[in-house]
Amino acid sequence: MSDTSFTYAVARVRSKELGLLSSQNLEQLLSAKSYEECLRLLQDKGWGSADSGLTAEEMLAQEREKTWALMRELVDDMHLFDVFLYTNDYHNLKAAIKLVCTQGEDFGLFISNGSIPYQRILEAVREKEYGWLPSGMAQAAQEAYTTLSQTQDGQLCDVIVDRACLDTIYQAGKDSRSDLIQLYAELTVASADIKTAVRCANTGKPLDFIQRALAPCDTLSVSRLAKAAAEGMESICDYLSATNYAGGVDTLRQSPSAFERWLDDLMIEAIKPQQYQAFGIGPLAAYVLARENEIKTVRIILSGKLNGLPEQVIRERMRQMYV
Amino acid sequence: MNSLMSNMGLAFAILGAALAACLAGAGSAVGVGVAGQAAAGITTEDPNKFSKALILQLLPGTQGIYGLIIAFFCLNQVGLVGGTPADLSLAKGVMYFCACLPMAIAGLVSAMYQGKASVASISMIAKRPDQFGKAMIFPAMVETYAILALLISLLALIGVGGANI
Repeated sequence: MSDTSFTYAVARVRSKELGLLSSQNLEQLLSAKSYEECLRLLQDKGWGSADSGLTAEEMLAQEREKTWALMRELVDDMHLFDVFLYTNDYHNLKAAIKLVCTQGEDFGLFISNGSIPYQRILEAVREKEYGWLPSGMAQAAQEAYTTLSQTQDGQLCDVIVDRACLDTIYQAGKDSRSDLIQLYAELTVASADIKTAVRCANTGKPLDFIQRALAPCDTLSVSRLAKAAAEGMESICDYLSATNYAGGVDTLRQSPSAFERWLDDLMIEAIKPQQYQAFGIGPLAAYVLARENEIKTVRIILSGKLNGLPEQVIRERMRQMYV
Repeated sequence: MNSLMSNMGLAFAILGAALAACLAGAGSAVGVGVAGQAAAGITTEDPNKFSKALILQLLPGTQGIYGLIIAFFCLNQVGLVGGTPADLSLAKGVMYFCACLPMAIAGLVSAMYQGKASVASISMIAKRPDQFGKAMIFPAMVETYAILALLISLLALIGVGGANI
């Protein structure tokens, strides 16, 4: 890939960035008197479509689709973005395994936007033809299916699939020549590891279970994190204080949601320099992440407004914006 | 063999002129091409930015013109434009060749890098069209080195023309 690749695409994305929600736009949404007014404000900003009867979820789904439609238009090889879709693929794998094991029905469990169609995953699990799946996923699918069908332990099944997902993301980051995708992969795996460690510490999971759940990454020592998680929350905080994630320790002590917000803000802060890059896949990937972050924040505001939460409570959960 | 050797001076002079025109022109083509992609990108989203994007796209095109000037000047000096080719010694031919090199090399490299600077400036006006003046300056700075090379090549050609070798 030459250093002047994606020049046209990056220029278009630069123009599109003007349409991203700024902190002022979020303040406007936040000060809206009602949920309906929020939806109106978003529609005025061009969210959703001309159809005024859209629900919030439909509007957010349309916005996500607009982003991916733009990327499909700008990039010939959409596999470059697979790293962002692996989470959806592995979610679909979990849903497929549970659906097949319980012989249940599809109640809208699947996410349509994956790097492979969810129907293929479901079919592969149903027919036990794991070879139809990518190699990393095939092994996890077989192991998770066998575990669930033999032990009925849904949590262990989830751990196997989640771990495989993180390994796939990490490997995709390593294989990528884009600094941004490498950074995304590293932060995704590290943040998932920390969140898993915290959950394990809170539920008193044994060391071997924690070790199995944590995926290796460059910025954390999995063995030390697992040991800390087995000892408790304070040990996790002590360990993290000596890592790149020391800045989030205070928020981790506050609440899991505050820490999650800190991690999301860390990601946005890390991708912000892409606003000044004129070439490469980085600015496009950053735009995709910025849109996802925007949609997540709007969802937080809308659900807060719908449930009548005080402005301060919603504000505490709002994410930092890319622009 | 004798005929070949007696024309070697002229051949070197023509080679120098050809390199000045070709390399500087190729650099400009690359620079204008890459800036054109960015210009098309922002014009797709906002057609009102067409004129600003076009000016920035054209900036790396000047090296091609400078290369053409040097090539034309060199060919004129050796009498290939509208006259009889001069009977050049090998030494003088090589001197003409060397005189063309600054424009050829600096033209090629500066045009490619000016193209990249233009792309960055086009991205800048995508977000801040009011800062067009500043956006122009960044790629224009690269132009300085193409102009320096043009000057040196011109002075050298004039100098060689006057030399009695």
